[in-house]
Amino acid sequence: MNIFSTFRLVLRTLLARKGRSFLTILGIVIGVAGVIIIIALGAGAQSLVLGQITKLGTNLLSVQPGKSNEKGPPSQIFGIVVTTLTTEDAQAMRDTGRVPHAVAVNALVRGTATVVWQNKNLDTTFVGSDAYYPQVVNISMREGRFFDQRESDGNANVVVLGSTVADELFGESGIDPIGQVIKAKSASASDAGGVPLRIIGVISPRGSAFFQNQDDQILLPLAIGQKQLLGIRYLQAVNVKVDSSEDVEPTRGDIKQLLNERHRIQKDVDADYTVRNLADAVSILSTITDALRLFLTAMAAIALLVGGIGILNIMMVTVAERTREIGLRKAVGAGNAAVRNQFLFEAGTLTLLGGIIGIIVGVVVAYLIALLMRKLGYDWSFVISPVSVVLAVGVSILTGVVFGLYPAFKAAKLNPIDALRYE
Amino acid sequence: MTLINVEDLDKDYINEAVVTHVLDHMSFTVDQGEFVAIMGPSGSGKSTLMHILSFLDRPTTGKYYFEGKDTTAFTDDYLAELRNERIGFVFQSFNLLPRTTVLDNVKLPLLYSKKKNHDQLAKKALEAVGLSHRLDYYTNQISGGEKQRVAIARALVCDPAVIFADEPTGNLDSKSGNTVMHILQQLNDQGRTIILVTHEMDTANHAKRIIRIKDGHLVADEKVKNRTIATPDKELVK
Repeated sequence: MNIFSTFRLVLRTLLARKGRSFLTILGIVIGVAGVIIIIALGAGAQSLVLGQITKLGTNLLSVQPGKSNEKGPPSQIFGIVVTTLTTEDAQAMRDTGRVPHAVAVNALVRGTATVVWQNKNLDTTFVGSDAYYPQVVNISMREGRFFDQRESDGNANVVVLGSTVADELFGESGIDPIGQVIKAKSASASDAGGVPLRIIGVISPRGSAFFQNQDDQILLPLAIGQKQLLGIRYLQAVNVKVDSSEDVEPTRGDIKQLLNERHRIQKDVDADYTVRNLADAVSILSTITDALRLFLTAMAAIALLVGGIGILNIMMVTVAERTREIGLRKAVGAGNAAVRNQFLFEAGTLTLLGGIIGIIVGVVVAYLIALLMRKLGYDWSFVISPVSVVLAVGVSILTGVVFGLYPAFKAAKLNPIDALRYE
Repeated sequence: MTLINVEDLDKDYINEAVVTHVLDHMSFTVDQGEFVAIMGPSGSGKSTLMHILSFLDRPTTGKYYFEGKDTTAFTDDYLAELRNERIGFVFQSFNLLPRTTVLDNVKLPLLYSKKKNHDQLAKKALEAVGLSHRLDYYTNQISGGEKQRVAIARALVCDPAVIFADEPTGNLDSKSGNTVMHILQQLNDQGRTIILVTHEMDTANHAKRIIRIKDGHLVADEKVKNRTIATPDKELVK
């Protein structure tokens, strides 16, 4: 009996029991779809994270006030306000004698504000920054320019808009935002009427990074952000761009030494600041993604195992039901091998079908997730690795064959006389 | 020419250390072209004898020569091949595959043979039993008599040396039974060897020779004197 006629025979048998065949393979479908989705999501998340590393640059150190585990969350998250990081600290870091590998040092504060233009209101986040921002973060200007050192030092009332803000305020009217004056109000503002700011530039769209839409923000001179909007004197972050990735760790040491001297700190445990490497944040994220992937892969493996047991069960039932058929086939000349192959093929075909349906479901779901993520503003890529597809098909056929072996051998071993008499 | 030659055939079943002699020193021969009825009451061993003769079972001791060859040393796989090529089976309960067409049922033995042109061979066999008009019917759409004729076509399709019919009319009304016996007699007239297993005298009388067995012993081997010639029902054979 050749493979082709075995296959035709098996297909006919399975089609005669469509409902049962489908229910039998549901476990395999779910397992395989799970594997495909998980691998696709893993690949998508990885490319997203990698994209953000390149966007921000790996040669970036961030000094934040407050002591915390360098790999844990910043202390601000817990509501602790540490006021000891100052503009003077940032200025000191620019001393190439002390921190030789720092290319640019950018002092920042952040907050939320309402911006008003004519009759339009918009809640957004603001970044109060000195003029070094464009040197640390890769941005390109859609129109206009970033403010310069003279403007930021002199508390000039100027502002640079993120593209989302610019579009929402000026998109409808078609007026060129450059030169327009908006007012920025903050809850803790000293000036109740809002701070008037002249727009001098709009940044090109940058997309989201670490769950924050970078286009939905405005940038204004540091002192305006500190004194007029937040009412504070300290800094919330100092970002330092280092010349090359090899120099990131030495520079971290240089900064620590400098700040320990300036803040009169004897031991590292007493430090009132934290120096973070952006690559650390990325590695935390990958650790989480990897753990999640491992966990979900285990779930998929369990689904496949359960599906396989379902196959085993249904094949046992099939063999028992078709005992007379097996007896007849043997009587008319089927050898043990032919009977065994028929049932092995049947189990393998069932699980292969399950695998194929699972792949289709998995690819569709992974694609929908990718669409959703892109709608949310992430640079999410839809990746289906051929390896995962081959793996899924292989595993599903293997599941069928492994769990079909016992019923198939049972069928092959049946005595034709007993099988023919079986009621 | 001698087709089947059994010498001193013994078959014992051992069940919990109790030995049952089902066949006891049985010897006979069947020539090509014969129509033999093996007769006996239930429990006489006639089914066991048929199973051994058709290679579904093996004797405990004794020799079985088929077409001149000693079959006792053949492997299981070779016996399966022999069943496929040299033996045709007709069962009391038809044993057709459900949810399968008449044509596909007849093609079943061809799946396990090296023969080509399956459709053509199956159609020819169905023509011989007068069922050319039922090719695409499913087995649940045809009558009992037609089912048994499909089974005969299936037994014929590989052009066997001998057809074993085990109570072929047992599940049929007399009219359909008559047609089945008519077909078997026709096949025998064309030179096909037929071995019929039955416990009914009426059925056995359709054969040319009767081997009677009782309690595993061959008690009589005689020619049929007043042979019944089955007349087919005109409506059944179209």
